[in-house]
Amino acid sequence: MASIKIRAKLDGDTTTVKALISHPMETGQRKNKKTGKKIPAHFIQEVTCEHKGNVVMTALWGPAISKNPYLSFKFKGAAKGDTLKLSWVDNKGKSDSTETQVR
Amino acid sequence: MTSMKRRTFLKGSVAVGVIGTALGAGLLTPRTVMAAWPKNAFAARTVDAALDALTGSHALEGSDKISIRAPDIAENGAVVPVSVTTDIPNIESITILAEKNANPLTASFVLGKGALGFVSTRIKMGKTSSVIAVVKAGGKLYSTGKEVKVTIGGCGG
Repeated sequence: MASIKIRAKLDGDTTTVKALISHPMETGQRKNKKTGKKIPAHFIQEVTCEHKGNVVMTALWGPAISKNPYLSFKFKGAAKGDTLKLSWVDNKGKSDSTETQVR
Repeated sequence: MTSMKRRTFLKGSVAVGVIGTALGAGLLTPRTVMAAWPKNAFAARTVDAALDALTGSHALEGSDKISIRAPDIAENGAVVPVSVTTDIPNIESITILAEKNANPLTASFVLGKGALGFVSTRIKMGKTSSVIAVVKAGGKLYSTGKEVKVTIGGCGG
């Protein structure tokens, strides 16, 4: 649970969502300097954000997203106190999700 | 990995002939795999190939309704903040590409109902290159670009 920090703030009728995810985002091109072996790719492939069961945003990511990814987007139609769910899946099949309330 | 697969696949299609061709057509149609993570698009080595694999077209129309916010000079290519804002109506997705990365496609944001034309994230850039934002709206692709100078590359190591 601890991998996602998320904030959703309502301003007028627009909700701004900002999220920070802890993840190594390994490209698969870097080498371990001591052993010379390539570090296997390990990166988030998909991030989805749901509001009341509707997917408002799906991010498809490659390994070229920076380590500990930051993500922000805006949408309309949420009210204060609504629950937003953000989840991610990486190329090793690991996943995490969290929920937050619109403020 | 990918090139190995392609090799065996090509051999297969030559040997099997018609069946191989049919399979190839299926594999090469991006729409059938849209629901899953678009592996072909992320493995593509050019902007055009990535867009073909992702959206089925690379017919870009320049637009002044898209603005990219990114630094002119990025000291560290591993963390380049990029924001894309657009007011094009009926927007379906925003895609961010770094032209000279080994695999130019960095991210594609599929926007659902109610989502506005704004995304912000941080990308890695191997070297000085143009950052291209492609907005898909009403079945057409609109794009704009911005040059970002990278002093220390963020890919490889």
